Amino acid sequence: MGSITLSKVTKSFGEAQVIPPLDLEINDGEFVVFVGPSGCGKSTLLRLIAGLEDVSSGEISIDGVDATSLAPAKRKLAMVFQSYALYPHMSVKKNIAFPLKMAGMDPAEQEKRIANAAKVLNLTDYIDRRPGQLSGGQRQRVAIGRAIVREPEAFLFDEPLSNLDAALRVNMRAEISELHQQLATTMIYVTHDQVEAMTMADKIVVLRAGHIEQVGSPLELYERPRNLFVAGFIGSPKMNLISGAEAAKHDAATIGIRPEHITLSKESGTWAGKVGLAEHLGSDTFSRIHSDELGEITVRTIGDFAIKHGDTVYMTPDMSKLHRFDADGLAIR
Amino acid sequence: MATQHSRSAARLMMAPAVILLLGWMLVPLSMTVLFSFKKYLPMRGGDLGWVGFDNYVRFVSSSAFWPSVQATLLIVGGVLLITVVLGVVLALLLDQPMWGQGIVRILVIAPFFVMPTVSALVWKNMFMDPVNGLLAHVWKFFGAAPVEWLSQASMQSIILIVSWQWLPFATLILLTAVQSLDSEQLEAAEMDGAPVFKRFWYIILPHLARAITVVVLIQTIFLLSIFAEIFVTTQGSFGTKTLTYLIFQRVLESQNVGLGSAGGVYAIILANIVAIFLMRIVGKNLDA
Amino acid sequence: MARAVTNQRKTINTILAWAVGLLIFFPILWTILTSFKTEAQAISDPPVFLFFDWTLENYAVVQERSNYMRFLWNSVLIAGGSTLLGVIIAVPAAWSMAFVPSKRTKDILLWMLSTKMLPAVGVLYPIYLIFIKFGILDSRIGLIIVLMLINLPIIIWMLYTYFKEIPGEILEAARMDGATLKEEILYVLTPMAIPGIASTILLNFILAWNEAFWTLNLTAAKAAPLTAFIASYSSPEGLFYAKLSAASTMAIAPILILGWFSQKQLVRGLTFGAVK
Repeated sequence: MGSITLSKVTKSFGEAQVIPPLDLEINDGEFVVFVGPSGCGKSTLLRLIAGLEDVSSGEISIDGVDATSLAPAKRKLAMVFQSYALYPHMSVKKNIAFPLKMAGMDPAEQEKRIANAAKVLNLTDYIDRRPGQLSGGQRQRVAIGRAIVREPEAFLFDEPLSNLDAALRVNMRAEISELHQQLATTMIYVTHDQVEAMTMADKIVVLRAGHIEQVGSPLELYERPRNLFVAGFIGSPKMNLISGAEAAKHDAATIGIRPEHITLSKESGTWAGKVGLAEHLGSDTFSRIHSDELGEITVRTIGDFAIKHGDTVYMTPDMSKLHRFDADGLAIR
Repeated sequence: MATQHSRSAARLMMAPAVILLLGWMLVPLSMTVLFSFKKYLPMRGGDLGWVGFDNYVRFVSSSAFWPSVQATLLIVGGVLLITVVLGVVLALLLDQPMWGQGIVRILVIAPFFVMPTVSALVWKNMFMDPVNGLLAHVWKFFGAAPVEWLSQASMQSIILIVSWQWLPFATLILLTAVQSLDSEQLEAAEMDGAPVFKRFWYIILPHLARAITVVVLIQTIFLLSIFAEIFVTTQGSFGTKTLTYLIFQRVLESQNVGLGSAGGVYAIILANIVAIFLMRIVGKNLDA
Repeated sequence: MARAVTNQRKTINTILAWAVGLLIFFPILWTILTSFKTEAQAISDPPVFLFFDWTLENYAVVQERSNYMRFLWNSVLIAGGSTLLGVIIAVPAAWSMAFVPSKRTKDILLWMLSTKMLPAVGVLYPIYLIFIKFGILDSRIGLIIVLMLINLPIIIWMLYTYFKEIPGEILEAARMDGATLKEEILYVLTPMAIPGIASTILLNFILAWNEAFWTLNLTAAKAAPLTAFIASYSSPEGLFYAKLSAASTMAIAPILILGWFSQKQLVRGLTFGAVK
């Protein structure tokens, strides 16, 4: 019903190969997030699946059927764009109706689906307005409405929340997740924000320079990053990465320890250091501690921890949560 | 950024326009080149066979050739100079706050709507006529002897008429550009102590560069082939025979198609020299 | 202007701008006024400005001598037909260049524009022969084709600049929504570009209306538009100022009124989409 398989897919623009040969399996009903720094090829990958770009080689199949050279409209996919891409000259209703009209659907059925989508997305009151008269969040919902009325095999989201302010982004994130629960349709979601990836995904695909660095559930990536890049990219604040003598003690080129896996003490501990900066948020305390042997270490402590700039503190890492990486940056298991 | 499908669709959709323009360019052009190597007199025997480069040599060695090239360039250059300079001044004036800006703008645009034949006729008879023309009355009012505009100052007169027609165009484009200038930039310059003239020279004028390029490009395209203004006023006499008009006379008045065609090829070469020159500037300036 | 301007300065601006505006407009105003004078008043010395016996007789004479309505109708058909045909051919071409650009797009665009520089007179005789061969000399359809071809580069260029302002994502959305290429252009692109298309149509209508080389050289009695109508007054009737003025007024009035009514679109069009 909505499984997508990419095998040996590549994409080049002229001389430049943006996507080297890439294989990926997306199961029906999965919420898959493509995440990576800007320019990593995640949007290109999405556009290849959508059919808005041709693959240079390889094969894309949707529901087991080869869709490599199928026109976008024939792939039964719906897409929500970063700029929403609403038709400015049409009312909300006409925007949502557009794909149905293109499919030549019976008007009564159209009405039913539009009314339903409007209800689900809280758009009933704005149904006759033009996109120009709507707020950012409302536009976003219209774009989603336009996608869901078609009842597609899968939804494609291209950084849909990047134009919203922080508060709204958290709301919409929840709404999209809920929508996924309700519809149980495959969703592919592109973002550069690892928080979005962690909170929404069933499966995260971490990309760098067109390569898949790791595929897995959010917790898998958090607990067992395959290499340094994933270790540094997933998690906030970032994992502390330490190389040199301290790493050698653990038979590794680099060791990594997440800020939340270090315990602070004013009296004793494994490593000593001086507090550079302490951020007291009430719920947590983030401190940046300078150690002569290790460099800058970030520590996250639950609740408040009374330290200030210049204090000497001791850090004790939870050794069971220590990550070890070899000289090539690969995790040692 | 597109798919193979949309690229081939794009080629297909561009085809009609490209084919039509290619045909429009190549078919008559190759006929003109063909005729230019023939002695071809439609009223006196028609096609009288190949004559090699005779027509080309005759056209260039005719006493009318170089003056016509000169007249063409003079008219184009003169009109460009007047319309750009006055256009900038007018644009700056119209940008100032005032009452009835909309109406003034309508008044200023009006000449652009007047067809060239009408404006040439009106100027020739009602303004430049040495006996009854309005300008003659004005001259007499100040005690001066009326000027026989189209014979004594023929070139200036033609440039005046054509400039009047094109000034609205230049003004409007430049006005649009002036209006898009960020007033904070000017205020910053004022704070930096730049006097009015320097603000114009270092901020306003560079900002207008692109607009001026557009004015020059588009006007040149139209001015190189002005015809009606000369056809109606001087019929090419008194030194106003442009290359266009000279060829027109060879083809239609003396019915010498071969000779006229050779002239046509020269005109095309001249136009191409100007075009290459212009496209260079425009190609560079339009990217920004 | 962010700053308040003193009334005094505003007054000076107003007076100056109105003086210049009226000066530029004066030849047209004078022509219109003269068209209501008698021939004697038209050449009276000193000239009369407003205080004369207004008369419509010139218009009656002009209409009687040459059938104005027929010329007008030819102008409308030729200018309108060539513009419409041009837009129909240009919209797909401009779509291609704006949304599926290739390395050659800019070269093609500049090449198209350069065909505008082809001196008409250089190809007058070949066109004349071709017209005779196809039997379209002195026909409206012949002129519609020629004027369409000479304005096509400008139409394409203008539409291209307007289309480029439309975000490509919206067209991609339409593609994802299942629109065919035709539907994408018809239901999404065209409605969004209406202001630009209107400006393009207006400007090219005016250019075609005023075109005076091909219309003069390729028509005789049947298809002659207003440019030819007015050219027939060049001599020696040109000495009859009042009648000349009436004829001139009749020739420019339709386009002047159209231009004034659609001023906003036109100003946009006049900049050929190249200046913002």
